[in-house]
Amino acid sequence: MSAIYVARSKSVAARMLGDQMMIMSAKDSTLFDLNDTASAIWQAADGQTPLEEIVEREVCANFEVKPEEAMEDAKAFVHELAGHGIMVVSDRPISEAEAQAKMRINVEESAKAEESVKAQDGKKSEGPK
Amino acid sequence: MGAIAMPRDSRLGRAGMACPLETTIEIGGMPILVRTENPEFFEILGRRYGGFVNAAAKALFEFNVEIVPAGAVTRQSDAEEVGVNFSAGRWTLERGDFHAEWEPAARVGRIRQAANPYAIDSAMRILHSLLLAKQGGMLVHASSAIRNGRAFLFAGVSGAGKTTMMRLAPPDATLLTDEISYVRPSEAADAAESGYLAYGTPFAGDLAEPGENVSAPVGEIYLLAQGKENKIEAVSETTAVRAVMEGVLFFAKDPELVGHVFESVCELVKRVPVRRLTFMPDARVWELIG
Repeated sequence: MSAIYVARSKSVAARMLGDQMMIMSAKDSTLFDLNDTASAIWQAADGQTPLEEIVEREVCANFEVKPEEAMEDAKAFVHELAGHGIMVVSDRPISEAEAQAKMRINVEESAKAEESVKAQDGKKSEGPK
Repeated sequence: MGAIAMPRDSRLGRAGMACPLETTIEIGGMPILVRTENPEFFEILGRRYGGFVNAAAKALFEFNVEIVPAGAVTRQSDAEEVGVNFSAGRWTLERGDFHAEWEPAARVGRIRQAANPYAIDSAMRILHSLLLAKQGGMLVHASSAIRNGRAFLFAGVSGAGKTTMMRLAPPDATLLTDEISYVRPSEAADAAESGYLAYGTPFAGDLAEPGENVSAPVGEIYLLAQGKENKIEAVSETTAVRAVMEGVLFFAKDPELVGHVFESVCELVKRVPVRRLTFMPDARVWELIG
């Protein structure tokens, strides 16, 4: 299994509220509440440490969970956050500059996709008045 | 891009205006001079913002309002959608019924609209939301009133009971607004322990009555819910942030400014108690407030 590297986007707003992390997507202002294990992964996502190591160190060492299950949950979590443009996932270590560049591309692609959908919707609604 | 084109060769100042009529409207302690040469619109301004005119205040910004025939301002996209964009030092604010431009550095702006209060009201809300975003403040969908020297906010979506709470308010409560609350941090001594002041606004909802032009330290924020009894319950910080964020009026899509708003809401929630207020509705709910 190849390693997975994860990095936080610097362009998102994140705040610890009590024992929960709240993150706002820069892409669409969606808010995410992270539980304690997800918060631990988020905070450790430095782009340089493999996800497996983060899970072992931050999740398995602190929470009663099987390593395989924890890793599966972690992978699903990081890919979900990546889908919302607030985390970068790669099979290679990610530098800060790369994280920002990839984030910009993701956001721009997403914006283009939204525009395209809007344009399609607009075309669909056009017709005899 | 809208159908309105502003003259590119003129600054946004008063050049070209004959016999301008001026008034300084101060909302939230931020005076803005509005200038027009249309007497009918000037009267509209007086009726709409009369309680918020402060002729002695030094204006932070000056806005020239060009009145055009109804329907002359059109926007190709959705007429109800508000467009707020920043480019080359200039904000462009537009909706189906107005087009405005504002240069913060030059402290001048220009609005093109028909002679009605709705467009200027919308432009004012957007302008104040942008000003507040950089100051840690916000406009939020909430009614608010002062009681016993403290301001109480009642937040909720349309139909949640914002106006109803103001209708049920006892005589000793001072109306700030039944629709859009104006909150910003203040280091002034009168901001008291929360560090935030709530100001009265002319932005009225179903009550159709402007708030008083006064301010008070924010005491508590209530998230409104209607039920079979009057009660106050604690909510988690994340619930509070989520609820307040949903109520914040903010139209710009600039990620940095949106991030500021999020940080501002988190800070507000940290310093001001936020609770859920379930009410019947019944005037006795005010026994729980203040």
